[in-house]
Amino acid sequence: MIEAKELTKSFGQTKAVRNVSFNVETGDILGFLGPNGAGKSTTMRMLTGYIAPDSGDAFIDSKSVTENPIEVKSQIGYLSEISPLYSEMTVTEFLNFCCEIRGFSGRKKISMTEKAIEKCFLSQAKHQQINTLSKGYRQRVSFAQSIIHDPKYLILDEPTDGLDPNQKQEVREMIKSMSREKAIILSTHILDEAAAICNRAIIISNGEIIADDTPRGLLEKDPDFGSYDIETDFIKDINHFKSSLNKIQIIDKIEIKKNSEKNDNSWIKIFFSKTSSFSTSEIILELEKIFSNSSLKLKSISRDKGDLTKVFRILTSN
Amino acid sequence: MSRSLNSVKAILKRELLSYFHSPTAYVVLVVFLILQGFFTFYVGGFYESGQAELSLFFTWHPWIFLFLAPAVTMRLFSDEKRTGTIELLMTFPVTPAEITTAKFLAAWIFISSGIVLTFPVVITVYYLGSPDTGAIISGYIGSFLMAGALISIGCFSSSITKSQVIAFLSAASLSLFLILAGHSPVIQAASGIFPKIIVNFISEMSILTHFKSLTKGIIDLRDIIYFLSIIIFMLFLNTSAINSNSK
Repeated sequence: MIEAKELTKSFGQTKAVRNVSFNVETGDILGFLGPNGAGKSTTMRMLTGYIAPDSGDAFIDSKSVTENPIEVKSQIGYLSEISPLYSEMTVTEFLNFCCEIRGFSGRKKISMTEKAIEKCFLSQAKHQQINTLSKGYRQRVSFAQSIIHDPKYLILDEPTDGLDPNQKQEVREMIKSMSREKAIILSTHILDEAAAICNRAIIISNGEIIADDTPRGLLEKDPDFGSYDIETDFIKDINHFKSSLNKIQIIDKIEIKKNSEKNDNSWIKIFFSKTSSFSTSEIILELEKIFSNSSLKLKSISRDKGDLTKVFRILTSN
Repeated sequence: MSRSLNSVKAILKRELLSYFHSPTAYVVLVVFLILQGFFTFYVGGFYESGQAELSLFFTWHPWIFLFLAPAVTMRLFSDEKRTGTIELLMTFPVTPAEITTAKFLAAWIFISSGIVLTFPVVITVYYLGSPDTGAIISGYIGSFLMAGALISIGCFSSSITKSQVIAFLSAASLSLFLILAGHSPVIQAASGIFPKIIVNFISEMSILTHFKSLTKGIIDLRDIIYFLSIIIFMLFLNTSAINSNSK
């Protein structure tokens, strides 16, 4: 288990991280979200023992990072945001070095390097010097470095940064497939990515945790979450239409988003009371009735699934 | 213990590889050997001296290493800081002392390979006459130790900055100070100002004083301890400097 306990760090006058605490268990993928400069990288660097906290501590398998740095570091795989690499080495040389510095040699080293090359799709570049590689390849070499010793704990700072959409998908799949036997923390500024692969997300802003929830829990914080978006014909008499809808008592609010006579089209957003016991299908049946009574065609109906970007903005704007 | 050895070995190997991966290494070695020959045979007047001995050859070592050692060490830490690889290194299961030791050893081995390549000079003096073998051996011991001391200064200078230029200049200045402290004009000037005890202390601090006695064929434990203590002290400062990076 990775445990952060009241981690605090200042750089000069700026408090980069304040009292950050959380736990990550094996099987978890924790997403670390936050605006730039929020303290994500600083927190991760404290977890890996690269920078020492001013107060608080981090524990890996109940071992303190500040007291047993060597033991802790050998259990962690870390991908830094800037993906630093020894650019004069070839990919294979570099990965061999990563094995050697972790105490592996001989056949074991060779097989570890080969596995990492294969897993990170680096076969084509394995004899190439790192300074000749593209950003995407460099990112993959960094990733290979972090998983080469099959660590129980993975700390990944922006793992998909700089990759093209296909590569991003590959890396996400890889992270997901490794999560069963590992505890993974990853930071990202791509919110959909967090929603897609994490089972928990922490939003950090100004060095403090402002939300710690499942991605679904965060989406529910969107004020529009669960409302119905309806597309229909042009509504001539809006007031009449609204009053007919208001007859349904479980409707909280009706918003007319668009009403265009020219295109004979309108978009309506309807919020239902969250405490109502109506099921989705009952609500849809009810809506169909109302629309047919007002002789409007129900062109499409969908539920708002919540927008993480909006939640993120709401939570981080103050 | 074996873990420490493994980490030192891994970093040492990487550093040596990186020396020989870049053309700088070969340039440095060639420049060293050319300067060595030039100073010994032309400036020093080796043949004119008419003596089959190497003291003339060793006289120039401190002055050549004054520039070569910082050139070899300047990128050791500053480059890692500039490119960010220090973060990678520090998140591997290795201690700052292991990193320092490995990098120091790599630079020392590299410079030593240059010293070893001066063997034709030894062959020359044996061909020309019958030199004092003891003096040659102690001279070489002195040269290796002095190179080690200057490299440890260079390592430390590199660990406190991101800039290779600053690393080079601060190492060269600090080394120049330690070398000059024993130079006779400096001692003479100092003896006009300071009491004898301080002049003696300044000359005791000097690399030149300790190196000279070794090139004369006198292996004095104090000289060896002097060089080793510079190395240990500088590596200690170096380790603390890396440690404080993560504070």
